[in-house]
Amino acid sequence: MSAALLEVDGLSKWYPVRQRGLFRQHTTGEIRAVDDVSFRIRAGETLGLVGESGCGKTTTARAILNLVEPSAGFIRFEGRDVVPVFREGDRAKVLQIRRSLQYVFQDPWLSLNPRWTIGETLKEPLRVHLPDQPHRWEERVEELLRMVGLEPHHAWRYPHEFSGGQRQRVGIARALAVEPKLLILDEPVSSLDVSVRAQILNLLVALQDRMGLAYLYISHDLSSVRFISTHVAVMYLGKLVEIGQVDALFTRPRHHYTRALLSAIPVPEPGAANTRIALQGEVPSAMRRPPGCPFHPRCAAALPVCREVEPPLTPAGEQHRMACHNPV
Amino acid sequence: MLSTLASASRPVAAAPEAPLVRVEDLRVHFFTRDGVVRAVDGMDYVVNKAETLGIVGESGSGKTVSSLAMLQLVPPPARTVGGRILFRGENLLERTPKAMASVRGKHIAMIFQNPATSLNPIYSIGAQLCEIVRWHEKVSRRQAEERATALLNLVGISDPAARLRQFPHELSGGMKQRVGIARALLCNPALVLADEPTTALDVTIQAQILDLLAELQARLHMSMVLVTHDMGVVARMADRITVMYAGRVCETASARTIFTAPRHPYTRALLESMPRVDHSYSGRARQPLPTIAGRPPNLLHPPAGCRFHDRCPEATAECRRVLPVETEVAPGHTVSCIRHGSQGVAA
Repeated sequence: MSAALLEVDGLSKWYPVRQRGLFRQHTTGEIRAVDDVSFRIRAGETLGLVGESGCGKTTTARAILNLVEPSAGFIRFEGRDVVPVFREGDRAKVLQIRRSLQYVFQDPWLSLNPRWTIGETLKEPLRVHLPDQPHRWEERVEELLRMVGLEPHHAWRYPHEFSGGQRQRVGIARALAVEPKLLILDEPVSSLDVSVRAQILNLLVALQDRMGLAYLYISHDLSSVRFISTHVAVMYLGKLVEIGQVDALFTRPRHHYTRALLSAIPVPEPGAANTRIALQGEVPSAMRRPPGCPFHPRCAAALPVCREVEPPLTPAGEQHRMACHNPV
Repeated sequence: MLSTLASASRPVAAAPEAPLVRVEDLRVHFFTRDGVVRAVDGMDYVVNKAETLGIVGESGSGKTVSSLAMLQLVPPPARTVGGRILFRGENLLERTPKAMASVRGKHIAMIFQNPATSLNPIYSIGAQLCEIVRWHEKVSRRQAEERATALLNLVGISDPAARLRQFPHELSGGMKQRVGIARALLCNPALVLADEPTTALDVTIQAQILDLLAELQARLHMSMVLVTHDMGVVARMADRITVMYAGRVCETASARTIFTAPRHPYTRALLESMPRVDHSYSGRARQPLPTIAGRPPNLLHPPAGCRFHDRCPEATAECRRVLPVETEVAPGHTVSCIRHGSQGVAA
């Protein structure tokens, strides 16, 4: 088993809740957007990070890249602690980390500059990260376009000339420009049509196989997660509730929330046995997080202890951990 | 209130009874500066009483526009340029805009995709619901409020009387969509058009809303047209399914047939290209998903012949020349593909 490429350990992001007083703001509490999240990703692996809106998936990803500063916890990339590097802000060192960790955004309509040609968009990361080799830029842009299934002449076009699928290919090419080792993919196919979605998923898998990339794949679409991931982590109200290998997690989920989440997906098979586990109510606001297990008010298997003691993430089989007092 | 709703609707229709809605050769075109976009170009379908028809297709296939046409709500620069929409035998397209207003919300109601934008943020829930009731029926404010309360109760909103005084921003996404459903059902419509009713919601909330819609539909014996791109949702909800591609219908059949014995190459490709949550993809030889080559045509210049021919693995030279016509290939199963038993007309 190779060493972890990315190691996230006890990552937390808390936001203060302020109320405006007569003369100044008072901090009245905090929202734990991400609370004590730990996982690791090895080269060539894909960790699918799933959960409902507001569970902290995107904040986790942004904290890894220091787009939001973590409140607590360690992020180690190739064994090196990256949080202090970002905090000290030495540009050369920060760029070195950012080269290895790239982000692909959800909405290919918003994440490309409409006034730049595709070539200019792809050259921008090269300008930042390879400033001393301008002669190589053109060649690299051509190479990148081919890599993601576009043509070299597309470099002269503008984003509005492209379909959603093609734009997402450009977004992936831009992330690959600086030869990263890990891509954070934040809902990369959610805004695409079904037939295009499959093309992009195939592209991501092919790129991974060819270059040994690691992915952190964030999505609420569990069928694409099943397709692309080697491991899956489930979040609920900022907490990691279960993490394990993809097939084990999908076929034998141990946490009641994972089980309910999986059973809520409508399967494309008419008359499929309705094994859905109905969840009552909705996800509570992160400002009013229930004490104990955050899932207990919606959980059918909740015990009295769940109301008081927060369950720790404990091993539950090979490469499988879950946080539940009364697992499935 | 519930009993009046239930007794007002008729028992479940037997098959040979006339359909509630019959859409014939519907054409909706967008008159843009660049030319005419044939968004819906000759679409036929029927909605039977007390059934759910699922209309599926990708963005731009015309599924939403075709349902808006039923209410004469197609937005400019689009216009309904041809065809008939027979609702209880009457062509809705011949109604004047004023006469149409008495149909909307009363006989045919709509549930919109995004509950956050389809409710007016500056009116209370109660004001928005009561307005609809009082527009269509001569009732007092009090009676309208009672109706609204009963409907909120029906869609599973707790403490409905208090909710009437709340504003949309005070409700969660799932709650807002429940209000959207209550609003559609206020006047006990014969037909509800639901356009991606759960796309904006999280999966566990989606499951709750789908359960609610299925339960209400069965209880109130109403007909429903469910427009979606999600094959999982139609599999759960629809009795029959119509698959659209580039403004035309590819295939219509019972839900079971569409999923177990689809005939149109597009339907088959669409089903195969979706990853499935109940399927394992791990292991050494990770197979790529089957994909549909290319992308949907530009409807300013739709391809001649079958609109799917340039992406179709089975296309022949004939497919380029002949426009396939929906043909019944088995009872209740129509296909428009000349390679699979359809007739065609020279393009």
